[in-house]
Amino acid sequence: MSGLQIVVCGSLVPDPLQTLEPATTPTGPGLKNELMLPAVLDPWAGHALYEAANLAKSHPGTKVYLVSVGPKAKLQQLMMNIAQKVPFELVAVDASASGFTDPFEVASALAGAIEKIPGLDRSRLLLFGGCSSASRDAGVTLQLVGEKLGITDQFLGVDELQLQGDGSFKVYERIEGGQYQVSTCQSAPAVLGWATGKLPIPPNNPQVGMQNMRAIMPALQKAAAVKVGAEGVTYDKVEVPNQRRETQIKKDLSVDEIARELVEWIRN
Amino acid sequence: MSDSVERQSVEVDIACVGFGPAMGGFLTTLTKAAAEPAGENASGSALESRVMPGMPIQLMCYERADDVGFGVSGVVTRARGIKGSFPDLDPAAIPMAQSVKAEKMIYLLDPIGASRRPATLRFADNVLRAAGKALPVGRDHALELPYIPPFLHKGDGLILSLGQFMQWVGGQVMGSGLVQLWPGTPVAEALIESNEVVGVRLADQGVEKDGTPSAGFMPGMNVRARLTVVGDGPVGAVGQQLDEKFGMPEGHHKRDWAVGMKAVIDLPESCTWEAGTVLHTFGYPEPEIFGFLYVHPNRVASLGIFVPSFLESPVRTSYRYLQHWMQHPYLWKQLAGGTLRSWGAKSLQESGMHGEPRLTGPGYARIGEGSGSTNVLSGSGVDEAWTTGVMLAEAVIELWKAGKPFTQEELDGAYVRRRRGSWVEAEGRIAKKSRDGFHKSFLTGLMGMGLTGLTSGLLNVNATAKRPHERIPTLEKYCEGRIPAEELAALRKKAVAEELPLRDLIMNRLGWPEIPYDGKLLVSHQDALLMGGKVQANPGYADHVVFRDAELCKRCGEKVCIEICSAQAITAGEKGGVPRFDREKCVHCGACLWNCSQPRPGNPELGNIEFRAGSGGLHSSEN
Repeated sequence: MSGLQIVVCGSLVPDPLQTLEPATTPTGPGLKNELMLPAVLDPWAGHALYEAANLAKSHPGTKVYLVSVGPKAKLQQLMMNIAQKVPFELVAVDASASGFTDPFEVASALAGAIEKIPGLDRSRLLLFGGCSSASRDAGVTLQLVGEKLGITDQFLGVDELQLQGDGSFKVYERIEGGQYQVSTCQSAPAVLGWATGKLPIPPNNPQVGMQNMRAIMPALQKAAAVKVGAEGVTYDKVEVPNQRRETQIKKDLSVDEIARELVEWIRN
Repeated sequence: MSDSVERQSVEVDIACVGFGPAMGGFLTTLTKAAAEPAGENASGSALESRVMPGMPIQLMCYERADDVGFGVSGVVTRARGIKGSFPDLDPAAIPMAQSVKAEKMIYLLDPIGASRRPATLRFADNVLRAAGKALPVGRDHALELPYIPPFLHKGDGLILSLGQFMQWVGGQVMGSGLVQLWPGTPVAEALIESNEVVGVRLADQGVEKDGTPSAGFMPGMNVRARLTVVGDGPVGAVGQQLDEKFGMPEGHHKRDWAVGMKAVIDLPESCTWEAGTVLHTFGYPEPEIFGFLYVHPNRVASLGIFVPSFLESPVRTSYRYLQHWMQHPYLWKQLAGGTLRSWGAKSLQESGMHGEPRLTGPGYARIGEGSGSTNVLSGSGVDEAWTTGVMLAEAVIELWKAGKPFTQEELDGAYVRRRRGSWVEAEGRIAKKSRDGFHKSFLTGLMGMGLTGLTSGLLNVNATAKRPHERIPTLEKYCEGRIPAEELAALRKKAVAEELPLRDLIMNRLGWPEIPYDGKLLVSHQDALLMGGKVQANPGYADHVVFRDAELCKRCGEKVCIEICSAQAITAGEKGGVPRFDREKCVHCGACLWNCSQPRPGNPELGNIEFRAGSGGLHSSEN
């Protein structure tokens, strides 16, 4: 198979290592100081993007799009980093990415943006995304996008995709016990929700960044604003788990030592 | 790296190193000019590219941190230069920005009795304590000074989160579409050909810790430019390289430093400080340590301490001192119950105009803190740095429009001339000798600052500046009369055997109480790294902290690098030998660069540690 069109759905999330504090904002539930929190590309979506770029590298004529729903200013900041990783074309939608959004509305916004991509050919379309999200979503957004686009072949928890010469492809989906379910799909279009994949995060490549950025800034400038929040929804109470950390960072601990510490922690 | 390595290369008009306030000022000014049309009837940019004719001037800016505005830093600034760039600036547009409403200077007494105070200061403390029984002074072991000298006053200024401000500025300049700003991209060195700077080389990726190419080796790209703008701060690799290559001007030096350890906290409900409150403290936990606290909107405060190079201690530790400072009764009655939101550290170049390097050379110009712009009398650096960037941009616009090259002569005429005629220079000259007294003693230094400030620099305390390593006593000397030699030897032996830093052992023995961790504001050092941010250390880069001569490290009895390390990234080596460096913990504060007690053979201005270009650093949670 050659000349694919791979559309990766993915946006920013607050850096997963931050302590997030729910708060009521003027626009509904949100995170305290959300716009000030450092943001990263959702790690699962990141894996999908890197897998897409890797496929594009080995299949000439393939084009990769990144469709992102997020606040325009934060997306711009995020792109300064992500754009250096792999070649892609950005399609931006200006909206909240707080996680306190409605998956149906987010999926509608994504599907709408994808449908507007010029020259999109469904027979060559692979819809990529994370099998889940670090932004506390319901884990259904990608499937909904697929449904809205009429794509019925959907795979979740994907770690590997092997393209065959006849246009079919083999998909490795994670199942319990470290096993994979291996499926063969006759042809595109298909939805693939990636787990971690098998690729490392690519190094920053300044030339890739410069090439990407020529199209990214115009894409951000013309990003349409949409509403994806669960308007009218309130929540009674959300709490961050109490914790008291006493961290010691140790490296090269043996398995026995790790197990001993875990047992001691559980007993206490 | 050998030139035989094949590298990608790109040509731009101007290559910029570092994205701090100075570069913010430079790019803001330049992009505004570039956005203007070439003329009334012309459609092109007023600043047309030379490498891509027909396009606007090609500006490329590289920043080693993984994002713009990464570090935590609350600042209070009069913002004269910043307001000049943004005449209609509305603080509400910038997260955490706030106009100054109230300002206090507080002398903190030692409520514990563990700090190292000269006899005169102890006497003064006792007088204050005695007076406090009858008068409203000295309560909470503190004295609010009734008067703040004008040279320290920030009354008409702004409280900013520098991180948030820089993100805002980054958004503006990127939004112009005229700048490519690349975080996560450290610049290894300036490209120098025939004594001319012709651009920069980005750091190699896919290398081992020692820089040896490994799997996935990606040689750093050469970025050739007509002008290289160096704004990589006080410990930046390119600035250091230029200092070494072209030398400092006669009589200039970079011998005065401080490490600023800072935090952003949520204030407790009980706190009565209002947004816009500014506190400056001195006297505790050690007399030489200055503190600050700025209250942002929404019950958030930036606070921290500065541990200077003139604190003559071989067991300098900024993290533990920060915790003792927060617990001072004057502060703790407001802070108790607060929560740490963000944490970080940074080196400050405090030599002021003594530390001004060669501002220009063939093909390059220097701006910001690394160019000696910090005013060491007013304790102000951000606005000064910003203004140097604005001045360079104005000079570049002038030269570009006139079609002149960026020779040293032209840059001197356009940029250095502007600096010499600026308020930054005028105030910097007044401040130049204000801290010299600290090279004699703390009290002399304090009096010297007052003298310089109150006479606008007419009268000063003169002293010869000592190199940082000359200010570090041996541990035995430092503990003389307080810890018996045998006991000290036992503590040292314990530290070596258990590969521990000495600071806690020594401080505990000197009477500093253990920190009562509460899991919210008083947390362990490693917890601060996790709760207050996240260290970014992209894989595939070489170690940026390098111990040059192993024998010097083995002979070193102090190993101040371990004690001062803001993130415990430098730890004791095996059997007290060469310290270990863990890049994944380093917050890039650069304190190790100037906290080495071993002078470098051939260049005693420097120590045995190199601080090279590195990727990442601390990404503060909310900065």
